[in-house]
Amino acid sequence: MTDQSTALYAARVPIFPRRVSGHYRRLKWGILIVTLAIYYLTPWIRWDRGPNLPDQAVLVDLANRRFYFFWIEIWPHEFYFVAGLLIMAGLGLFLFTAALGRVWCGYACPQTVWTDLFLVVERWVQGDRNARMRLHQSAWSLRKWRLKLTTWAIWLLIAVATGGAWVFYFTDAPTLARDLVTFDAPRVAYLTIALLTATTFVFGGFMREQVCIYMCPWPRIQAAMMDEGTLTVAYRDWRGEPRGKGLKRREAAESLRITGPQVGGRAPLIPMPGVANTTTAKRQIPEGEDTRPPGDCIDCNACVNVCPMGIDIRDGQQMACITCALCIDACDQVMEKTGRPRGLIDYVALSDAPREAAGGEPIPAWRHAVRPRNIAYFAIWSAVGLALLFALFIRPDIEMTVAPIRNPTFVTLADGSVRNAYDVRLLNKHGDDRAFLLAPSLETDAQAEMEIEGHPGHVVPVPADTQSRVRVYLTAEPGTDMATEAASRVRFWVQDMTSGERAHVDTTFNGSEN
Amino acid sequence: MTKRRIDPVTGTETTGHQWDGIEELNNPLPRWWLWTFYATILFSVIYVILYPAWPLASRATEGVLGWTARNDVAREIAEVDASQAQMREALVTTDLSALDRNEPLLAFATNAGAAVFRTHCSQCHGSGAAGAPGYPNLLDDEWLWGGMIEDIAYTVRHGIRNEADPEARWSQMPGFGDMLSRDEIATLVAHVQALPGGQDPLAGPGGALFESNCAACHGADARGERTMGAPNLTDAIWLYGNSDEQLTDVIANGPFGVMPPWGGRLREAEVRAVAAYVHGLGGGEAPVADGTE
Repeated sequence: MTDQSTALYAARVPIFPRRVSGHYRRLKWGILIVTLAIYYLTPWIRWDRGPNLPDQAVLVDLANRRFYFFWIEIWPHEFYFVAGLLIMAGLGLFLFTAALGRVWCGYACPQTVWTDLFLVVERWVQGDRNARMRLHQSAWSLRKWRLKLTTWAIWLLIAVATGGAWVFYFTDAPTLARDLVTFDAPRVAYLTIALLTATTFVFGGFMREQVCIYMCPWPRIQAAMMDEGTLTVAYRDWRGEPRGKGLKRREAAESLRITGPQVGGRAPLIPMPGVANTTTAKRQIPEGEDTRPPGDCIDCNACVNVCPMGIDIRDGQQMACITCALCIDACDQVMEKTGRPRGLIDYVALSDAPREAAGGEPIPAWRHAVRPRNIAYFAIWSAVGLALLFALFIRPDIEMTVAPIRNPTFVTLADGSVRNAYDVRLLNKHGDDRAFLLAPSLETDAQAEMEIEGHPGHVVPVPADTQSRVRVYLTAEPGTDMATEAASRVRFWVQDMTSGERAHVDTTFNGSEN
Repeated sequence: MTKRRIDPVTGTETTGHQWDGIEELNNPLPRWWLWTFYATILFSVIYVILYPAWPLASRATEGVLGWTARNDVAREIAEVDASQAQMREALVTTDLSALDRNEPLLAFATNAGAAVFRTHCSQCHGSGAAGAPGYPNLLDDEWLWGGMIEDIAYTVRHGIRNEADPEARWSQMPGFGDMLSRDEIATLVAHVQALPGGQDPLAGPGGALFESNCAACHGADARGERTMGAPNLTDAIWLYGNSDEQLTDVIANGPFGVMPPWGGRLREAEVRAVAAYVHGLGGGEAPVADGTE
């Protein structure tokens, strides 16, 4: 009775994706190599910024609150650049999801990329799908231990390298690498590496599709951004059904040696929210009663066997599909062998189904990608990007902020003159020490003396890549308009003594009428 | 009851639960979720044993580690305090008048003094040190008892006109209400109001009254006397205001502003730090001989 009773919890059934080659697989190799190369190598790129600044091209210097990206240096108060990039990332997600569905999941997501990398290792050590399944089912022997331990050891090496690469983004990479080896690195570096090693090893090696199906919010969020014009990986059921294996077809399938026992797991079929699922219902038609001529699908299960998520794309769009497009490659191979046109499984939009089923011509994929909604997203995305670029290029070299001290707004001195105080911050964004000359410019006829605390010559030295704060006093002579009026305008000029560049900030002077 | 049943519409197994013919589908949770759930339960049990957890009537269970947030704060304060010991020592032994030549020590004293000021001084002198009627403005360049850094430190240490410290600065302006007539006080008020404008203190209708009653402390030139805390009457700054009512009140009743001594309540380093902070607010006086600025 127990095996008949319902189980409320399901153990993970391992998935053994078969190797596949083809157009999309090549594309994915390319993206894998490029993204991994960017991740592992970026911290090692050097960029000369002068003697007082780090020479690492990309550096997130949390301790000194600086972000370096090649020739760009971001201070904390310029965080709007990062905010702008995040807005672009958000809009980019809208754009790509509306146009190409879950293309992020299928090609660029670290979970996908590292799982792919781990699968390569697994395949290299243990063999392809059938060999791995046999090994999995066999009893623990010396050979099984050797193969499994070799696989895990290589995974662990990759995981350590992954965790190790992360910390290099936050401090000088060569120094940290040396310290890591000599055990002089800070404890947080080792902790971070250990944590990321553990997550990479477990997520890439053992959890894989579980991360996508049960841990990741993306599939749920992205479903809300797709519409009937969005390209997704889909099965042309109107062309493939009724699937089946006539004698001739079975021979063809067996000659390809791609059939086999269905040992690999099937992820639970979770339909995409809001998407009408037509194919599931079709499968319910018992084969014998179907009087239609046989479709192109020979039910060879090639699409299922190559799927890293362990799903059957012929069940229709579903939550577990990351649109990695490997089933397209697999099916195209079979279609070639059986002499049918490619594209039984293909990038198709939902709106294509009824038209193609009725005999209409397929619409080229690019026509789906280029439509008003996506053009609008792209326009907004580019506008934000251009605005950021513009802001980056007009960024001033000297920056000064002037904060009038308002507690109290003014001070009456013994001789009756009126004094205002200002907190002035001077930013030196250069790699060398700079001196700044400060001078007030008043309304016509106004008279006031400026004094900078600690700097009698009105010249404030600011060390390289720092900010200096000085208190500036402005004193209006007794009885003058400036001393008695409620408020007068004041402009502070600052001049970089090295470059001669000037900038100004407007503020007010509060008189005793205030 | 628990026989497997497949829902014909979705092809999904059901749990066997039925409500009015509506069946519950069974999409089994991954087992590792269940184990994760058990792990969190185990975590909470260990946490409850180690850390404060169960609220009781007046306090919570203590936990075997004996951890409290208060202890953490106390430890951090002690650490900071210990790390500043050297600076405090230097501040206590340094010559205050030379403090402005020791930049790191001056920065330390100014920052520490700002904290002391906000805690102990701002109640009377205001958070911006601008004072209030009867409580001097510490930003301007007029000082009742002296504006050099040692003068300020002494005032902070011993206070003014208090009984608690025998070395407190002391003076008392008498109330002239019993000694002078209303007309005489009115004459004096008008006389004093005219002093900043250049009125000769000893001339005019109030000159004689000023000479016999006020000049002893405020000086024949009315420029005040710092040893007695007698203010300069010729400048633009009025501690109690310069309206008719305010000056009449001051002359008739005699002001008696008290400042408590801080020497016993603050450490010497804190007294010196707050003196450095006040001295640096814009009105501090430097020794005349030191002509470096």
